[in-house]
Amino acid sequence: MIFEGLTPGDFLFYALAGLILASAALVVLSRNILYSAFALLGTLLGVAGLYVYLAADFLAVVQVLVYVGGVLTLILFSVMMTSHIGDVKVSNQSAGLLWALPVAAVLATVLGYAAKSTPWLTLREPAANPTTARIGNAFLGDYLLPFEIASVLLLVALVGAVVLARHQVRGAEKRGAA
Amino acid sequence: MTFLKVGLEHYLVLSGVLFVLGLLCVATRRNAVGVLMGVELILNAANVNFVAFSHYVTGGVGGHVFTVFVIMLAAAEAAVALAIVIALYQQYRSIAVDEADTMRQ
Repeated sequence: MIFEGLTPGDFLFYALAGLILASAALVVLSRNILYSAFALLGTLLGVAGLYVYLAADFLAVVQVLVYVGGVLTLILFSVMMTSHIGDVKVSNQSAGLLWALPVAAVLATVLGYAAKSTPWLTLREPAANPTTARIGNAFLGDYLLPFEIASVLLLVALVGAVVLARHQVRGAEKRGAA
Repeated sequence: MTFLKVGLEHYLVLSGVLFVLGLLCVATRRNAVGVLMGVELILNAANVNFVAFSHYVTGGVGGHVFTVFVIMLAAAEAAVALAIVIALYQQYRSIAVDEADTMRQ
């Protein structure tokens, strides 16, 4: 009686949502930063699965390629570089979790209540069409200027990151030699 | 008991809880890379929100385009933030965010 009208897709949603929230909880609460990084991998893959379920095919692939393959790899690299190489049990204590949890619970309740009680105007039958061509047309049509600005911003950010991480090495070497 | 049938609200509640978990991570972590992981959780929550609205309300690709922008900007921001973390490590030999508290060299 509880489960009437549910399709197998709904159970898939609940499984993905459980994976996402469990992994995110592990990211927040784990004492070892390497465990947090791998739990973040679980979260990002769960979100990619959710995009597939929402018929956002292009976004699911972009999520896996850029977020998992780019951002998560960057995070893992930086964790490995900023701890002692032999000691991957970098401590990652949480400060003030006891006071933050009630505030977070209140905020989550308010957000959930707002989501549930607003009368959203949803489509009667959400369609599941391929989106890649439509996103491409949007990028080269309506959203051309933000697309170009974002490209320039990516270039500037990456050059800046190289300069930031590089300059200090020179300075440390000079100071070490002096 | 039809509240179990998946609709728009379920995605919004999921993204809200994910957002709050990311906020917890940003607010309580001592490790700078841990804070960055919380920021990634927050951005993913916003992305889920965008895509859910695009699927259930608009039916177009406006939400998808914005999500691609958010992913692009998250990658750029992660690169810069991690370069800062590496520079911080070379200065202070630790990446605890409460140990970087001097304004001079």
